[in-house]
Amino acid sequence: MTFFQILEKNGWYFFTTLLSGWPATLTVASGALVFALIFGLVIALMRISTWRLLRWPATAYLEFFRGTPALVQLFVIYFGFPDWGFQPSPLQAAIIGLGMNGAAYISEIYRAGIESIHRGQMEAALSLGMTPIKAMQHIILPQAIRTMLPPMTNFSIVLLKDTAIVFSIGVLEVMALARQLVTETLTSAPIYLMAGAMYLCVTIPMARLAARLERQRQAWQ
Amino acid sequence: MSKAGDGAAAGQPLLRIEDLQKKFGDLEVLCGVSLNVARGEKVSIIGPSGSGKTTLLRCINYLEKPSAGHIYIDGTLIGEKKSGDRFIHLTDRELARERQEIGFVFQRFNLFPHLTALGNVTVAPMRVLNLSREAAEARGRDMLQKVGLSHKADEYPERLSGGQQQRVAIARVLAMQPKLMLFDEATSALDPELIGEVLRVMRQLAEEGATMVIVTHEIQFASEVSDRVIFMDQGRIVEQGLSREVLFKPKEARTREFLKHIQDR
Ligand SMILES: Nc1ncnc2c1ncn2[C@@H]1O[C@H](COP(=O)(O)OP(=O)(O)OP(=O)(O)O)[C@@H](O)[C@H]1O
Ligand SMILES: [Mg+2]
Repeated sequence: MTFFQILEKNGWYFFTTLLSGWPATLTVASGALVFALIFGLVIALMRISTWRLLRWPATAYLEFFRGTPALVQLFVIYFGFPDWGFQPSPLQAAIIGLGMNGAAYISEIYRAGIESIHRGQMEAALSLGMTPIKAMQHIILPQAIRTMLPPMTNFSIVLLKDTAIVFSIGVLEVMALARQLVTETLTSAPIYLMAGAMYLCVTIPMARLAARLERQRQAWQ
Repeated sequence: MSKAGDGAAAGQPLLRIEDLQKKFGDLEVLCGVSLNVARGEKVSIIGPSGSGKTTLLRCINYLEKPSAGHIYIDGTLIGEKKSGDRFIHLTDRELARERQEIGFVFQRFNLFPHLTALGNVTVAPMRVLNLSREAAEARGRDMLQKVGLSHKADEYPERLSGGQQQRVAIARVLAMQPKLMLFDEATSALDPELIGEVLRVMRQLAEEGATMVIVTHEIQFASEVSDRVIFMDQGRIVEQGLSREVLFKPKEARTREFLKHIQDR
């Protein structure tokens, strides 16, 4: 059978099966994003702290999560955590794993954003009696967000694509279902291409959004 | 608000600086500066570039941590506290509380670009003093009126002239009702035609009895507004006294040289 005959015969079946993996893909992606946004801010604030006792562990964290494969991190959490008494479900492990990994990358986006704001802004806020935390909250971060939004959007795209590795710990997301279909029907190219096309349908609009945010940021400055 | 020391304040200076030293690495920027400023007094600081004027002001509200020496406002130590006979640093929260009482006007304004003029003036009263939005805005509008900018309340800083921005920055400081105001060359980033409007506002504050420490190159202004002038050079107070005397009959050769240099410009 040719490529197109296969698609004609099984295309709809492939499509609906793969589609049923999207809730899991989106849950992992958005869960990990929220995790990374919150935890990444903590890491970033620790990294720019004047206090070495905070800076040092944050740097170690960053080095570890950027320097080792995400798959290794995922396996440590899913297969290793039970040894320490916590058995995460595949979905939990996926969100924690990609979230912790993402936090390392996102913390650098936060840091660059914060450091792009002129020192005088923090000084003015402090001189008015704000604590450093309040100054961050009301003065620095609201300004830094403009700089951070385009790379954050780009990072979300990367994160969405990276969810494809969590099939390896048994999350039934798009990639896992694609592999099941392949074993079931003994065809591969049409299925994987269809899965790829589905990712593109989400990532292309996101990439355009990132580009638009970037243009706006430049226009404001 | 912490008013510790108020009881004993009647006879003592509002600001007392004791043997302040500041080093950046090996560079000695302040080499033992001592200074008292009485309540309601206006003190101008003049001196050549690099003499440590900005560093002195920044130490007063602890944007810079002194290498040695102590600063007191109303008898309360700034940036540190005594534990037994040792001095220990304040926490961020304690330091923030002390800074509420010290207004700082920056050479480059440092307005918050993401907030309107009114937003700039109300953010600290709301977030630091926990005033309600209504109360903060009422106070903020009063302060903008005081600096002649009621009509610009809703403009963002980038749409204001330098002189207007600096006046908003002064209003922002006034909204915190500080005991002491520090001005670091408030007019030297401004085009000449905009200097007057800022000096007018400062003069008005002086007349209302504010306690002010003013770093400035505006000799005329310093002579009219300040009770006392201090000439600094190389991290030391070289000469100080009544403004007329220091500015027009300086005793030290270095002061004379500096004043001549400034008038030649
Ligand atoms: N953060 C810093 N790190 C290192 N050196 C510094 C720092 N801040 C100031 N200095 C140095 O300290 C000296 C005094 O600087 P300061 O800004 O206090 O002088 P100034 O009297 O305000 O001069 P100007 O009239 O030019 O504003 C200068 O030699 C300056 O280079
Ligand atoms: Mg200076």
